[in-house]
Amino acid sequence: MSNPITVKTMSQMLAEGETPDILFWVGCAGSFDDRAKKITKAIVKILNHCNVKFAVLGTEEACTGDPAKRAGNEFLFQMQAMMNIQVLNGYEVKKIVTGCPHCFNTLKNEYPELGGNYEVIHHTQLLEQLFKEGKIQIKGGGEFKGKRITFHDPCYLGRANDVYEAPREVLQKLDAELVEMKRCKTKGLCCGAGGAQMFKEAEHGNKEINVERTEDALETKPQVIATGCPFCNTMMTDGVKNFNKENDIRVMDIAEMIAQAADL
Amino acid sequence: MGISNIIFALILIGASVLFTINVRKIIANIRLGRDVNRSDKRSERWKTMIRVALGQSKMRTRPFAAILHLFVYAGFILINIEMLEIVIDGVVGSHRIFQPFLGNFYYFIINFFEILAALVAISCIIFLIRRNFKKVARFQGPDLKGWAYTDANLILITEVLLMSALLIMNAADPHGGFVISKHIAPMLPQNAETLHGVEQVAWWFHIIGVLAFLNYLPYSKHLHIIWAFPNTFFSNLNPKGKFNNMESVTREVKLMMDPTADPYAAQPAAEGAPQRFGAKDVTDLTWINLMNAYTCTECGRCTSSCPANITGKKLSPRKIMMDVRDRVEELAAAKRKNGADFHDGKFLIGDYISEEEIWACTSCNACVQECPVNIDPLAIIIDLRRYLVMEESKLPAELAGMATNIENNQAPWQFSPADRFNWAKEA
Repeated sequence: MSNPITVKTMSQMLAEGETPDILFWVGCAGSFDDRAKKITKAIVKILNHCNVKFAVLGTEEACTGDPAKRAGNEFLFQMQAMMNIQVLNGYEVKKIVTGCPHCFNTLKNEYPELGGNYEVIHHTQLLEQLFKEGKIQIKGGGEFKGKRITFHDPCYLGRANDVYEAPREVLQKLDAELVEMKRCKTKGLCCGAGGAQMFKEAEHGNKEINVERTEDALETKPQVIATGCPFCNTMMTDGVKNFNKENDIRVMDIAEMIAQAADL
Repeated sequence: MGISNIIFALILIGASVLFTINVRKIIANIRLGRDVNRSDKRSERWKTMIRVALGQSKMRTRPFAAILHLFVYAGFILINIEMLEIVIDGVVGSHRIFQPFLGNFYYFIINFFEILAALVAISCIIFLIRRNFKKVARFQGPDLKGWAYTDANLILITEVLLMSALLIMNAADPHGGFVISKHIAPMLPQNAETLHGVEQVAWWFHIIGVLAFLNYLPYSKHLHIIWAFPNTFFSNLNPKGKFNNMESVTREVKLMMDPTADPYAAQPAAEGAPQRFGAKDVTDLTWINLMNAYTCTECGRCTSSCPANITGKKLSPRKIMMDVRDRVEELAAAKRKNGADFHDGKFLIGDYISEEEIWACTSCNACVQECPVNIDPLAIIIDLRRYLVMEESKLPAELAGMATNIENNQAPWQFSPADRFNWAKEA
């Protein structure tokens, strides 16, 4: 479990005369949020284990501008985007994997018009590919074997980009009992964090969105609520605490589950 | 040809002219929106229209409503073929002019139409029950109070009456004997002359009803039967998560970031008047947004799937669409009266849509996904936010703080950018 992680920055790689095959875009949550940092490390462990030649931007990475754009601040978004594009194009980046559906969506869909053209995938898509190539295996299903797992579709992975199957394909490898919530895939309910809501109080209503969504999850009587987004993770974790179920139900990113199951 | 044929022809021409005038008004209203190019990917657009509008592919997720709607839709399209005969009969004074040519096939067709007419009537009655007695949640929102509620019931009642008239007309025809109407025939007076009178009344009621209904469309949510087609044809084909790029901002940001740019260089002449950032009123929205509003039939699938609305917030994507249509109608009417440059001092944001509504949106795209005719309420919400943020700096304080953090720290939180890579050492 405690294998040290090795992670190089683009500038290190460049200094060593090497070019990575893929850039891991960590994102702000993955860099600063204590909970999300664990997801970041799990992704790195998997990349290390599979001998993927990757690098990160380190301190050269900056917010993609996603929350600024969703909040209506197009100036700030484009400033961020153009700065990041200068860095990415400077390193001649071709392919990017992100640990966050919001970064994924923005880099993939909103950077091309500003001069940033990359092949962008979400980490669940990379995981799916690594399993297909046989680079990672889980012997006997690992510690999640037979457990009840429900997957919460992040809006910016699912509806926004029609990625529904990759995360489910990966979860299948755990030999667990996958149960769908009544609202799933195209009908999945938002966790409440999108559109820059993560950074503000909700408007007046009669319920918090993450509580409503956690109820959907609890109906499936899961042992693990799986997500693919650091913000969904926060919202669902808070939701589970709201029902005092944090001792019975874990909220985990798919990358963490795979890293644990593969004993990395 | 008698006097009744001339009266009929005049009514037909009058109804057609009036309808054309009103549709042209709507097209002019839609053109009040900003231009946006949606002429690309023609073949994908045709396919989308055929799949979503003609094939109703997005209705399937709610099967019960989908089947009833399919009956009404098929009835509407196919029974209109019979309208051709009715119109010719009306003008030239013939009686079932296609009957001699088609022989037995004519009976087959009319029988088929009668079955459809009965299904339409039954479906509309079930729809009325769902709205008024069973109180299906998505038909109960505060945005449906008043005219919207009446409009929905008027449409359904009219359709039941029109279909009944069609069946009674056939039942009263001594040469009838069609599959449904023959069961109605025994209920009618058996005196030949009275029967002829009944047939005539039903015939006139039906055709005048249809023409009146046609002219009711421009004032009704029912306009979707026409606008669903162009609306799906011109709908957004990009991934739903991609928000449009604001070119006007790109120009300025490039100027700021390009070290070789000459800030004193003459700017290329702007096309037309300088535009606002984002949307304050409907004229700042695109014609796609406005066409969306005219296409909306207020079914409420969007609102019933909106996480903000589900949890009691004020936001209702359906209300956004209804507000846009109401505001375009109001502004366009005022401009027609007082000239194209006239503005009544009211605005979409503030007078119709509150800031509280648009800040409740999580941009989750559930409303866009749910809409059976590819309406995009999210695009409007984002353009309203852009106006508030970039023109008025009016936004929740926490979001202003978030923007400051991104500017200063390259992250939405107050962390030092120098600490961004610390996680790698914390293993």
